[in-house]
Amino acid sequence: MPNFIMSFLDSKAAVTPGAAGNQFWALMYVLIIFAGVSVAVICMNWIERKALAHFQVRLGPMRVGPHGLLQPIADALKLMLKEDIIPAEADQFVFWVAPLIGLLAAFTVYTVIPFGPSQAVSDMNIGILFMLGVSSLGVLGIVVAGWASNSHYPLIGALRSSAQMVSYEVAMGLAVVSAILMTSLNTSGTGTLSMIGIVQAQQQQGIWFIFKFFPLGLIAFAIFAIAMVAEVNRAPFDLAEAESELTAGFHTEYSGLRWSLFMLAEYAAMIAVSSIAVTLWLGGWMRPFPNLLHAAAWDFIFSLFPGLTFGGLAAIALIGTARMPAHSFFKIQRAGLAVFAGLLGFIALLLLAIAVAGRSADASLAARFNEGIGYVYWFVLKVAVFMYLFIWYRATWPRYRFDQLMRVGWKVLLPISLGVLILTAVVGVIVS
Amino acid sequence: MNPAINSALNAGMAPVATPWFFYALAGLAVASGLAVITRRNAVHSALALIVTLLSVAGLYLMLYAPFVAGVQIIVYAGGIMVLFLFVIMLVNLERSAKDRQFNRIWPVGLAAACALLALFVSVIVKGRALLNDPMTGKALWPDPVKKLAESSNTQQIANMLYGEAGKIGEYTFAFEIASLLLLVAILGAVIMTKKKI
Amino acid sequence: MSSPTNDRSNLDLETPDKTYLDSNELIINMGPQHPATHGVLRVILKLDGEKVLGTECVIGYLHRGVEKIAENRTYTMFNPYVDRMDYVAAVSNGLGYCEAVEKLLNVEAPPRAKYIRVILTELNRIASHQLWLGTHALDIGAMTPLFYTFRDREEILKIFEKYCGARLTTHAFRIGGCQYETYAGFEKDVKNFLAFFPPKIDEYEALLTTNRIWLERTKKVGVISRADCIALGVTGPVLRASGVKWDLRKAQPYEAYSDFDFEIPTGENGDTYDRYMVRMIEMRQSLRIIEQAVNGIPEGPIMGKVPKVVKPPVGEIYHSIEAPKGELGYFIVSDGSTQPYRVRVRPPSFVNLQALDVMVRGLLVADVVAVIGTLDIVLGEVDR
Repeated sequence: MPNFIMSFLDSKAAVTPGAAGNQFWALMYVLIIFAGVSVAVICMNWIERKALAHFQVRLGPMRVGPHGLLQPIADALKLMLKEDIIPAEADQFVFWVAPLIGLLAAFTVYTVIPFGPSQAVSDMNIGILFMLGVSSLGVLGIVVAGWASNSHYPLIGALRSSAQMVSYEVAMGLAVVSAILMTSLNTSGTGTLSMIGIVQAQQQQGIWFIFKFFPLGLIAFAIFAIAMVAEVNRAPFDLAEAESELTAGFHTEYSGLRWSLFMLAEYAAMIAVSSIAVTLWLGGWMRPFPNLLHAAAWDFIFSLFPGLTFGGLAAIALIGTARMPAHSFFKIQRAGLAVFAGLLGFIALLLLAIAVAGRSADASLAARFNEGIGYVYWFVLKVAVFMYLFIWYRATWPRYRFDQLMRVGWKVLLPISLGVLILTAVVGVIVS
Repeated sequence: MNPAINSALNAGMAPVATPWFFYALAGLAVASGLAVITRRNAVHSALALIVTLLSVAGLYLMLYAPFVAGVQIIVYAGGIMVLFLFVIMLVNLERSAKDRQFNRIWPVGLAAACALLALFVSVIVKGRALLNDPMTGKALWPDPVKKLAESSNTQQIANMLYGEAGKIGEYTFAFEIASLLLLVAILGAVIMTKKKI
Repeated sequence: MSSPTNDRSNLDLETPDKTYLDSNELIINMGPQHPATHGVLRVILKLDGEKVLGTECVIGYLHRGVEKIAENRTYTMFNPYVDRMDYVAAVSNGLGYCEAVEKLLNVEAPPRAKYIRVILTELNRIASHQLWLGTHALDIGAMTPLFYTFRDREEILKIFEKYCGARLTTHAFRIGGCQYETYAGFEKDVKNFLAFFPPKIDEYEALLTTNRIWLERTKKVGVISRADCIALGVTGPVLRASGVKWDLRKAQPYEAYSDFDFEIPTGENGDTYDRYMVRMIEMRQSLRIIEQAVNGIPEGPIMGKVPKVVKPPVGEIYHSIEAPKGELGYFIVSDGSTQPYRVRVRPPSFVNLQALDVMVRGLLVADVVAVIGTLDIVLGEVDR
């Protein structure tokens, strides 16, 4: 049994557990991703509140835990302990199942997201197709949630929101196809729909697809970036959640834990579509300039980045500790923040140690950990940039009216994405 | 997955616990199909239909057709069923809940379904002994599903639709005609519903 | 757009639509508790799908009987009550009332008092426009300008607090002039504000003026024509955005406004965007006025020759000023006693609210919120 467990770590072939037929490790990956995404959503909640507050010249949560670090936990507890209200006329079974559909759709996408060349649950042959299909199942969750509330306003909100998602899926799909076309320009082999294959195609062609056939890759990326904001119902396309509109959206009647499931599904979907954008256009798990700066020294420098990032975070936490007011009321917060800084510093030291120990490119455990950590780090960093952009959009822009939203989706994004697709195909044929 | 890039996948997928998955998926498909026609509430029927379509997609996966499974999910479960649900929700539902669940000629329908079932059973029973069709000489029962490389389904469909290596595919012409038909359908729908263009 | 009709109700709510169940027409109630209606305003919308066919405003939720109270208070005692009407621009309310009573008494405030009054009133105009901008942007979905405008408004409120002790309901003026001398450092504070504020307006404009989403939400939304404005009696930035260059500070100058040089911005289309631009430019023009005023405050007394007991002769007067929201008028009837016989306030928001129906016909539901915001109504003065 231990051999079976260790068999995955020992195998030299860089293969995802799904492809290697290793069910145990596939299950492990699933659990790790589930836990990781949940933690990421909690972090996102805190970051959103703090970042939004700082955009709006205020501080955000400061009381619950040092600088509000424990606020998401308090929120989660509160939502779990709230009274579960189900409208009397609502369809009980459907009301219960609606958040689950959305949650399932959001989380199932993570099966194909590659955090590294072998760090994915399963590298399906039809990875992108699977992703598009499963995210279109998320629309069903919203439609059903609005209907199950048995009230006029949530139904209108749900139908509007699902019409918006379906419209932007079209533009999204066409932008994705443009990226897929670029994978077929490999020097060897054919194009591929698998997510790992797409990143490896970028690696082989030596260019991130966002820069390929400039400006076609950039426009396709921009279309996907806009459409994905509309897919997850975030500002400026958040009409369904707006407070000042009449219809308060499909989740009006949901309270407590059910509502938090919707929010969980929304944030998970945000991270999922950002991961898709990173994989397709921004080179996935690759560090910057893998082909241009490929000496061992450069590899070492870039492998220091994870440790340095955590070190920077630890330094910020320490500065926060030093700046806490010297008052007896703040003793516990100061101590808590110092512990947090210590934890971050410990992780930083650990990562630096692994980077230093694994700097030779042999197959030792440290080197493979180093490599794996590097892949996951660069992927998560790029996704984090997108998350920050989501928050930035929400802070800055007003929201679109529904008919303007649909007009942008059908009359602006769709023709441009069609044009980009055709031009990419033509340029691809000319080049090859 | 590009076999040239990742050679570990040339070995092909090893199927796991095939009979269990088959019976589970098929049973789910049949059960939810029954739920579609027996539910009184139209939205419940639509949800049951979604479950049916998803289990059929699973069955496609077991037949080494991942592309068809993916397209089934995107087009059917994600597109057509959303459209069904829109229509069901916009139409007044209270009227239909008071209608009879099955109409009065259900014995005729049951008799027709039983006749079809008898036909299928007789074909399987009588033909199990024969290996070749007496008239044409072709094999009646195809070989058990081979372990195919994962890439083949998408590749083969692409070859048939778009052609390969300088030749036109078998179904390219039909594909283009079908896309023209769909365009005409879209235009017709727009013209019929808009009051003025 | 055709001229507004004269019937009392556009909706005919007594006989409900017989085809209600099968058609798309829907009567929806918005308010009185609503995050977007800036107070307790109830708007009944008749919708066809998403399009608005007609509206009816139900007001009175904030009626406090201010005008009746005036009949039982002396003129001086009534002064604090007027702040509570348009509580956002309390200084303007006080200015109008004090001027009206001064006209009845036939006294004039000394020049120094006039300059101080103008400075405070223009500061209050800026504060009122800032609150309008923050809430209007929030209704349309931009969350951030609200916090920026409130942060900058703090500077103005600090000046008020230092001057008269109150931030919002200031009771800054008295009949005949000002009660308080300017505090030490008043000119410095005002001049600091004059230097501090123009980059802030630029900040607000950078966020909104050329933003494509803002333009789409405000251009051609809530259009009201010149003729309709004049027919309905709409005044203030709403009137000026429809192209009528009418500002009481220039047309019927009061206080010391004739000493100052400033411009009246007008718009062309009468849509929400024009009203937004008019108010932004008005903020800058107010800065100009304040600069001229604070650089030339004359010396002298701050209180005119007003008897201790204010007992105007029998008569009546209507006096109006240009409040931030429009023409604010006071019609005071005096019967010779220390208490007014009747004080009738002509609130700009009350009259402007009538334009809501004309503006939202044919718009979508999401625009109703934007139009209510652009009218800049304060329910305190609509209901009194």
